[in-house]
Amino acid sequence: MSASAPITAGSRAAAAGRARAASERRRRPRRRLPTGWALVREVLFYLACLVVLFVSLFPFYWILRTSLQSDSTVSAGVSATGIGPGHITTAAYSNDFNQQHFLTPLANSAIVALACTAVTIVVATMAGYALARLPIRGKGAILAFALIAGFFPVLAMIGPLFLLFKDLGVLDQIWPLIVVYLVYTLPIATWLLRNFFAQIPKDLEEAALVDGATRLQALRRVVVPVAVPGVFTAAILAFILAWNDFAFAVSFLQTPGHFTAPVAIVNFGQSQFQVFYNRIDAAVVIISIPIALLVLFAQRRIVAGLTAGALR
Amino acid sequence: MAATDRRLGYALVGPLVVLLLAVTAYPLIYNLWNSFHHVNLSIVGPRTFAGVSNYSKMFGSSDWVSALERTAAFTAISVFLETLFALGLALMLHRRFRGRGILRAAILIPWAVPTVVSATLWKTMFDPRSGFVDYLLGKAGLPGAHTTWLAGTWTSWTAIFVADAWKNVPFIAIILLAGLQVIPGEVYEAARVDGANAWQSFRRMTLPLLRPALAVALIFRTLQAFLVFDVIYIMTGGGPGVSTETLSFLNWQEFLVNTDFGYGGAQAVILVVIALLIAGVYVRVLRPATT
Repeated sequence: MSASAPITAGSRAAAAGRARAASERRRRPRRRLPTGWALVREVLFYLACLVVLFVSLFPFYWILRTSLQSDSTVSAGVSATGIGPGHITTAAYSNDFNQQHFLTPLANSAIVALACTAVTIVVATMAGYALARLPIRGKGAILAFALIAGFFPVLAMIGPLFLLFKDLGVLDQIWPLIVVYLVYTLPIATWLLRNFFAQIPKDLEEAALVDGATRLQALRRVVVPVAVPGVFTAAILAFILAWNDFAFAVSFLQTPGHFTAPVAIVNFGQSQFQVFYNRIDAAVVIISIPIALLVLFAQRRIVAGLTAGALR
Repeated sequence: MAATDRRLGYALVGPLVVLLLAVTAYPLIYNLWNSFHHVNLSIVGPRTFAGVSNYSKMFGSSDWVSALERTAAFTAISVFLETLFALGLALMLHRRFRGRGILRAAILIPWAVPTVVSATLWKTMFDPRSGFVDYLLGKAGLPGAHTTWLAGTWTSWTAIFVADAWKNVPFIAIILLAGLQVIPGEVYEAARVDGANAWQSFRRMTLPLLRPALAVALIFRTLQAFLVFDVIYIMTGGGPGVSTETLSFLNWQEFLVNTDFGYGGAQAVILVVIALLIAGVYVRVLRPATT
């Protein structure tokens, strides 16, 4: 049909376009499917990917599955149910929240992690800016100290801080943890933000300074808004690090009502004659959720932050 | 202007320096003082001078020495194996392929979750009744299907290693991947033109150029592994017996169980010394750019 249609200027142009596209297609052949060794390698590569995916994620399926089992199903064991969950129930979750009051440690963890993140951001933003931009002496020493502080053995801090908190009467309270967790968060946040500020063109704030703004005003109105992505990255990493602590919390907190979530979880298993993995795993699933969401939504930032913090 | 800028600069770094000193230097000095005194909360009375007795007690203690050996062995083996796995993973992620983003997110989650999650999760997985490992071994007809993993020394260490590697291999892989990504493509092009095969270009090109990233990852992990505590506390509590007690775990017990802050202080000081030695290597290998 189209071959017999009268040739108009428009259709001729279209035909020429088609011909050009066709010849380009001929010149750049479609990627050929791999054959022989290349094919074997390709298959092996994707198999390896599947193995990595399986090893990374299957354990999460396993704890989710276990957390949805009843006490009797867990007691019967995996030989009775196979890798499926068997009869699904949320009894373990309601037990955690209603009998074990898991909401309290969860709230404690959230308060400490968020407060520590806030302090980290304020302190590290100020210091990062000064270390990147202002003419202070001993920059190298301060940066090296921040780096070394990041390596400081947590266990070595516990004894003296225990004595100090005992003397101050704040042992078994969550507030000191906000300060203590800074040893996890400040080194990486400071380095990250210092590198971030160093990359922002100086012209921006110099323009503001010429316009009569003071340094602090320029910092607040011009530099900080540009630095928001860096600050956000630092905040995500700080939150993850503070949320994840176990060693300090297990050393200083003594009353179940004051526990953070990780300490509470470890104690779930200890008071019982039989270990009910469904109850423990239900709590484990719950504290993993905020972290999993952060990773899914901020994957790029986390990777960028980790590598910036580590490679410079 | 310069003078006010400088004053502002000190005001802005001030809080960082004060807070970091408070959480690192203060405990270190306190530990140092305690380590030369008898400071035990279960003994009533003043803190008396102890000379170096806490240190000589430590170096003469078979508990401490065997914990040191265990810790060193765990560090060497786990860092070596984890780095090998991570290198493979980084090379995989360096390739452009469909689903790379998914794979990267999938490995980041184990890194990002708390150690209490990785440790309890693998405790569940290794449980003879509720776990997947024995079940899988049984179904596959492999030996060890009825292993009570946390009841034996070597099986406990295996479980600890798996939990530790599962959480930390992704971290090393991400660092190594960043190292791979800064190697310019021309390097590989040149190697190919010169007729190098994949292994040769990896040995001669990739590996040397990856050295800085490898050094960072290695030293980070060496230190973390040497100070391992959380996963031990949660999975085995140092048991069976004392067979999985590491230096950090022993130190924690001295502080929190025996409340001996003099002897614990001596252990902590040595822990800091070793950590600073390892960190010193790190700073030396990668001098921070200060300008």
